[in-house]
Amino acid sequence: MYDTIIIGAGMSGLAAGIRLAHYDQKVCILERHYTIGGLNSFYRMNGRDYDVGLHAVTNFTEKGAKKGPLARILRQLRFKWEDFALAPQKGSRIVFPDVQLRFDNHFELLRSEIQQAFPQQIDNFNRLVDMIVDYDDLDQAAFGVSGRQILNETISEPLLIEMLLCPLMWYGNAAEHDMAWGQFCIMFRSIFMEGFARPYKGVRLILKNLVRRFRELGGELKLRQGVKHIHVENGRAVCVELDNGEQIIGQRILSSAGRLETLRLCSDTVEPDPRQAGQLTFIESISVLDREPAKIGNHDTIVFYNDSEKFHWERPTAELCDTRTGVICSPNNYDYAVNDGQLPDGIIRITTIADFDRWNGLTAEQYQREKLRWYDRSVAASVRFTPDFRPYVIDTDLFTPTTINRFTWHDNGAVYGAPDKQLDGTTHLENLFLCGTDQGFVGIIGAMMSGISMANLHCLRD
Amino acid sequence: MAPTEIKEVILDILSDITPDEDLSGLKDEVAFREQLELDSMDFLDIVMELRKRYRIQVPEEDYVQLASMSSTVSYLTPKMTDCVLT
Repeated sequence: MYDTIIIGAGMSGLAAGIRLAHYDQKVCILERHYTIGGLNSFYRMNGRDYDVGLHAVTNFTEKGAKKGPLARILRQLRFKWEDFALAPQKGSRIVFPDVQLRFDNHFELLRSEIQQAFPQQIDNFNRLVDMIVDYDDLDQAAFGVSGRQILNETISEPLLIEMLLCPLMWYGNAAEHDMAWGQFCIMFRSIFMEGFARPYKGVRLILKNLVRRFRELGGELKLRQGVKHIHVENGRAVCVELDNGEQIIGQRILSSAGRLETLRLCSDTVEPDPRQAGQLTFIESISVLDREPAKIGNHDTIVFYNDSEKFHWERPTAELCDTRTGVICSPNNYDYAVNDGQLPDGIIRITTIADFDRWNGLTAEQYQREKLRWYDRSVAASVRFTPDFRPYVIDTDLFTPTTINRFTWHDNGAVYGAPDKQLDGTTHLENLFLCGTDQGFVGIIGAMMSGISMANLHCLRD
Repeated sequence: MAPTEIKEVILDILSDITPDEDLSGLKDEVAFREQLELDSMDFLDIVMELRKRYRIQVPEEDYVQLASMSSTVSYLTPKMTDCVLT
């Protein structure tokens, strides 16, 4: 009998597990995949290490900062700032036709770029920033207001609105077209006002620290143990049944499987409406170069590009992918510590919006062919906005919506889950709770914060 | 446990949950919130650590008693008479 059973060994499940095990609960984390991490995972191929989810850890604050989500997470999980070994970004860009905005971990750069590119809008922009600073995270009513509506009321240049939305939607918006105002504020702070960083060793360093801590505290982690059913009696979840038929009993369940995905497991629910599922998923190409990106004039940490004045954040309607917008990430372009030096290889990752159903419907042979084709097309689209790196590529890989589905188990491989978030983490059952993307916090820091908050709120107070 | 020992316990808990804070100049009579960067999550941790280390239960309506060092110590003194410093 466990005090808490956690479904999913991603960032949120592991962080929740640490909190509960630290306070002497008997905790078990069940993970269907053969590895940890969920969306933020890693793998090894041809002797090289690859990250799956992580481009950048957002919400970066310097060592010693006492405010902000990063400091909060470190305190709650009893980690030292050094344990995550975060190296700050060198600098990033939002690029649209004929105009770009640079930003880094110092907010004044973005402000001065806007002053220069959109001088008539700087007062409006400052007004927007004041509203974002004043936004109260706990205000449920304001959270769901249309972000576009508030932007339209505050900023009178449509192009600037599109440029601000582009990186924020790319890094955490589950809904198509528009973004909830609350989500906009949280993402704006985490990306523009705090910033990007990355551990030299990638996401595996954070994950390994989380798992080690969880195990030291007596937590149990079971891989390849998918949950098939949650058995319900009288409004309570009584036990979980694994794919292999084994039943595990717990007083409560905290699930990071996603809202619809979790409801579907429950023995008392009807099949939820699939239209509620998230639709936004990606392909990501990884190119290994024979030299550092800086050697070919690429000094950007992240480039968010869009090839017209209007930013289209939607599932592709005509093809497997939509290359009008994308993200270019160069993990080499962080300020790594002197004793770490530079990464062993040059790496460029390109993320492109994709359609799950089309990818999922391919035969094995078509799938291999489309992977090659879309590697070429997504890279060709990206080199309109970054120095052409194609002559220097020595190895490549590409992951697709079906890969994401395998790692996260999310419907449609939806990277940021379903559009409707359940901020308080409750479900129709009194002892079943949600954490992770569908609770509402996204990104690496957001996911850990989600696990911590839901553990504190629902699992520690009795 | 004597009040001085309870103070030691609280300082130990605080240094655990806020490792970057310098607690040497902490004033007993002034609210923790005014001297340290503590949020509601941290206050929950003070309560949880007391429960974990000494099996002391602090009901939610009593959280206000934990505002400063002196109020915390006087609140905990009757509850911790039988506790032994670990």
